[in-house]
Amino acid sequence: MNAWWLIIGMLAITFSIRYGLFAWPNLRFPPWLGRALHYVPVAVLTAIVVPGLLMPEDRLAMGWDNAYLLAGLATIAIAAISRHLLATILGGLVTFMLLRGLLGQLPL
Amino acid sequence: MSCLPASRLRELFDGVRLIFPLLLGTIPFAILYGSLAIDAGLTPAQAQGMSLLVFAGAAQFVAVTLLTGGASAAVLLSTTLVINLRHLLYSAALQPHVRHLRSRWRMLLAFWLTDEAFAVAQQRYARVDASPYKHWFFMGAAMAMYLNWQAFTLAGILFGQRVPNLADWGLDFAMLATFIGIVVPMLRNRPSLAAALVAGSVSLACQELPYQLGLLVAALAGIASAVLLERHGGQRLSGEGAQ
Repeated sequence: MNAWWLIIGMLAITFSIRYGLFAWPNLRFPPWLGRALHYVPVAVLTAIVVPGLLMPEDRLAMGWDNAYLLAGLATIAIAAISRHLLATILGGLVTFMLLRGLLGQLPL
Repeated sequence: MSCLPASRLRELFDGVRLIFPLLLGTIPFAILYGSLAIDAGLTPAQAQGMSLLVFAGAAQFVAVTLLTGGASAAVLLSTTLVINLRHLLYSAALQPHVRHLRSRWRMLLAFWLTDEAFAVAQQRYARVDASPYKHWFFMGAAMAMYLNWQAFTLAGILFGQRVPNLADWGLDFAMLATFIGIVVPMLRNRPSLAAALVAGSVSLACQELPYQLGLLVAALAGIASAVLLERHGGQRLSGEGAQ
């Protein structure tokens, strides 16, 4: 099967979803829905992050050898204290790489 | 571009400037995608083409993983659908701000809508000022994200194969760190905290659901609990981010 057809299919699906509501400029939402949408980024991104940290290999890993979890907690702390996006991302990545190195998990 | 009034250009550059930290977080992910796409048997043109045409990091990543595993087109496309359904929520949240724009603008902004551009644009729209050019900010942020994704997809395609075991370096953590950096500053009131706690727990509990449906269930549960708490928890909109 030609991968280009898959790509076109993914394009059609993805664009339809993203354009889904932009396509109807006359549509008005009830106020409660507007309030609900305010919580979209927190809910969606947390729903991605939590399994990413706790289940990096698709099963629960709560031990001290889970660099994703430890570095994730450190990243949350950096974010809460610094309130600085760049510091959070860079600090989180450095912590993660150091931990992976210390735990012998880097493919060196 | 020199004929543009300064305020539009200013919004455009502000958009680029504010999304810049988020670009750094997506670089490792783009490189990893480029490399895995080649591993999955895509030609370099197809690997880059997916970035150019689909432009959805998580979906692209899962697609090449599924291709490597020999999944069928039906599974691949339905997974794309469910992973990207969160964009429907983004589209709904931003619709009141873009509905006055011409359809060409709305199509462009929709095509470039990502987690990161959404987060940055929503914050811009939440700031109460009279600027009529906030969509230029949105476009600047979204365009920077697009160009960055293309450049580092290419880097992954060209050089990813030269780094042995690229997939074992944990480059996916960069995306998690980026999302943490977006979410934590938003946790300023009890409904937001509830949204995060519930969404996180439900997502964990629903990992077994097929096609990553757990993400959607978790997001809706988180949003619902925030709205319920807002209504019954006695804490009325405490200013932060309230429209």
